Amino acid sequence: MAGMTVIVKTISRIMFPFVFLFGAYVIFHGHLTPGGGFPGGVIIAAAVAMLVLAYGLERVLKSTSFLQAEILDTLGSMAIALVCILGLIFGAYFLETVFPLGVLGQIFSGGNFLWLYIGVGIKVAAGILLILLAMLLWDRGESK
Amino acid sequence: MGKGRRALSLALVAIIAVTFIYSVNFTMPAFGTFPTREINGKVENSVGQLYLENAIWQTGAANVVTTVVWGYRGYDTLGESTVLFTAVIGVITVLRAVRRDE
Repeated sequence: MAGMTVIVKTISRIMFPFVFLFGAYVIFHGHLTPGGGFPGGVIIAAAVAMLVLAYGLERVLKSTSFLQAEILDTLGSMAIALVCILGLIFGAYFLETVFPLGVLGQIFSGGNFLWLYIGVGIKVAAGILLILLAMLLWDRGESK
Repeated sequence: MGKGRRALSLALVAIIAVTFIYSVNFTMPAFGTFPTREINGKVENSVGQLYLENAIWQTGAANVVTTVVWGYRGYDTLGESTVLFTAVIGVITVLRAVRRDE
């Protein structure tokens, strides 16, 4: 997998930060506009998949690694569990919000939804990327 | 595919389409309204109407879908994300085991 032509490489290099930013926007505004952690994480994973298609697996594995994605996946899951348990610690129910509800329409509103969605976004992005990398590495190992 | 079977399948598609269009237009509640539920002769609003009316002051989030996903049905979504985590772990485990065998 040596990658594609220079046109595809340039276009995907320019597009990657915008796609990544759009994924982050979908995650951070999950409680205000349609979207949320799951679609935003998949958009971020698709941005990295675009780089894998354009540049090849070796170049992408120089910048990120399998272990890094595994750690991020686990950290996202732990963040979700931590936000859920915060309710128990501060004397509310499990998964009940302990953050102030805020003004409707602002980014720090809606209690714990923002923090839950950040955890879900990290977890889904790392998880989908991890499945993709595992399948690519397995395919490469078998073809040898 | 013979001509008779093609005519038969076209007729089946037409019948199903007419049934769907008829049922959507004439038997379902109007677009954007929730059906009412009736328990022991007592007519109440559906739970969707309750979500729409109470979501904003109960959770403070502007997106009502989010309030249902993480607020009213938070346990379901927690389990859902656990399912995804387990699926990722399963894929990694199986593919690594296959690679080690070679």
